[in-house]
Amino acid sequence: MRRAALTALLLALCLGAWAWLASLDSVDDLTLASPSEVARAFQDDWSLLWDNAWVTLQEVLLGLAIAVVTGTLFAVGMHLSRALRDAAYPLLIGSQAIPIVVLAPIFVLAFDYGIGPKLAIVALICFFPITVNVLDGLRAVDAEQLRLMRSFGAGRLRTLRTVELPSALPSFFSGLRVASTVSVIGAVFGEWAGADAGLGRLVLLGNNQLQTPRVYAGIVILTVMAVALFALATLAERLACPWNRKEASR
Amino acid sequence: MVDAPPPGPATRPVAGLALTGVARRYRGRRGSTVTALEALDLRVEPGAVVGVVGPSGCGKSTLLELLAGLQEPDAGTVEVGDGGPTPAAARLAACALMPQRDLLLPWRDALGNAAVALEAQGVGGREARRRARPLFERFGLAEFERARPAELSGGMRQRVAFVRTLLPGRPVLLLDEPFAALDAITRAEMQQWLADALAAEPRTVVLVTHDVEEAVFLADRVAVLAPRPGRVVAELEVPGSRPRDRRAAVTDPELARLRARALEALG
Repeated sequence: MRRAALTALLLALCLGAWAWLASLDSVDDLTLASPSEVARAFQDDWSLLWDNAWVTLQEVLLGLAIAVVTGTLFAVGMHLSRALRDAAYPLLIGSQAIPIVVLAPIFVLAFDYGIGPKLAIVALICFFPITVNVLDGLRAVDAEQLRLMRSFGAGRLRTLRTVELPSALPSFFSGLRVASTVSVIGAVFGEWAGADAGLGRLVLLGNNQLQTPRVYAGIVILTVMAVALFALATLAERLACPWNRKEASR
Repeated sequence: MVDAPPPGPATRPVAGLALTGVARRYRGRRGSTVTALEALDLRVEPGAVVGVVGPSGCGKSTLLELLAGLQEPDAGTVEVGDGGPTPAAARLAACALMPQRDLLLPWRDALGNAAVALEAQGVGGREARRRARPLFERFGLAEFERARPAELSGGMRQRVAFVRTLLPGRPVLLLDEPFAALDAITRAEMQQWLADALAAEPRTVVLVTHDVEEAVFLADRVAVLAPRPGRVVAELEVPGSRPRDRRAAVTDPELARLRARALEALG
């Protein structure tokens, strides 16, 4: 409760500073829209903003889902096969070093203007934190625990299912939390490279058309989206691994 | 299909153990060879409890892993039951290992944790829980079936771990310093509990411990291991029958003499 109050206070301070900066004569209205102008943009352009936000949200959720499935499968594969791990780990890190901004137009060329390139970019950006965290979680299992399972006669897959996957769940959620915040950035990049709808495109167009309040409104929605996804991932973790919090608080 | 009766003394085959001239070496750093065990002989009669005591690094854990079929000796033979040297897979199927730490899975309740031992062999979760339940009742754990490990005391967790070890109904129990992580009072309580439990569920037991008193209290015979390389330097028969009473055992002069001899053998 106290934490929420402090966050609200800090937010209010930031808003105040923003309003004050925007009210200065030396600050161009086209550079910085005031909070009240942004609020008006929300009112006037609500359906426009909402329609575009929905497009972006779909890209983000589907892209995340692809990253979760492929990332988890890839991590399990690397965990089970040492050869795959040795071969693929450098490539995995390499995939993260690719500047997405440069890649986005190529994806658009490859997948056309539809949702395809956005999903590819969101998935690519989210794949890394999920894969790395799941792999770390799987490998962090106590060697003695594995020995015990072996002594009970458990095979590799049985041990994976009974012990390793559940213990990797908290790590998976750590990865998901990171992925959920960067996923929105991925969708925006994807839309910048070429799109006919979406908040990223709206913000880009708004910038070109000097509709600064609308740009800010779009940014606010994108931020709220990322924060909400993060909060959802955190909530899901609490529901899925209640034991983890108990252990941590001991 | 007729349900298998719960494991009990009458239905379980008893197996003895024999290690003959066993050696185990590891490759150490910089190409040197570390000899964990050398020319080790140890025999455990069916249904007997043998306490193995020794200082750290005397190869106690290696000894248990050899028996459990998790390792192969570099020389000598390991027999579990009759019929000569036993292949690793058969040893694995005959022995149940109880590690020092309880290694309970925090997301499973107590009953589910014990059931892991059966699920490992492909028994379904529900059926495994059903078969674990009678043991929980027998060992006074019935009311803790649904408790998570985090809600249990160290002693209770170790009890659950022991039931997990018993559950597959294997004739040989290998206990690896089962109470070393507990505080002294809980440890004493658990030793009495284990003594009574082994009387109710007789098995062939190898109990590895660094605690001479624990070995003498729980075992029929105490084998003293010396380190580098690990080998048996003394075997002492413990007089009297099990289960002993802890309070009586502490003051029994005969057992006190035996403890002194074991400590002397430890050097």
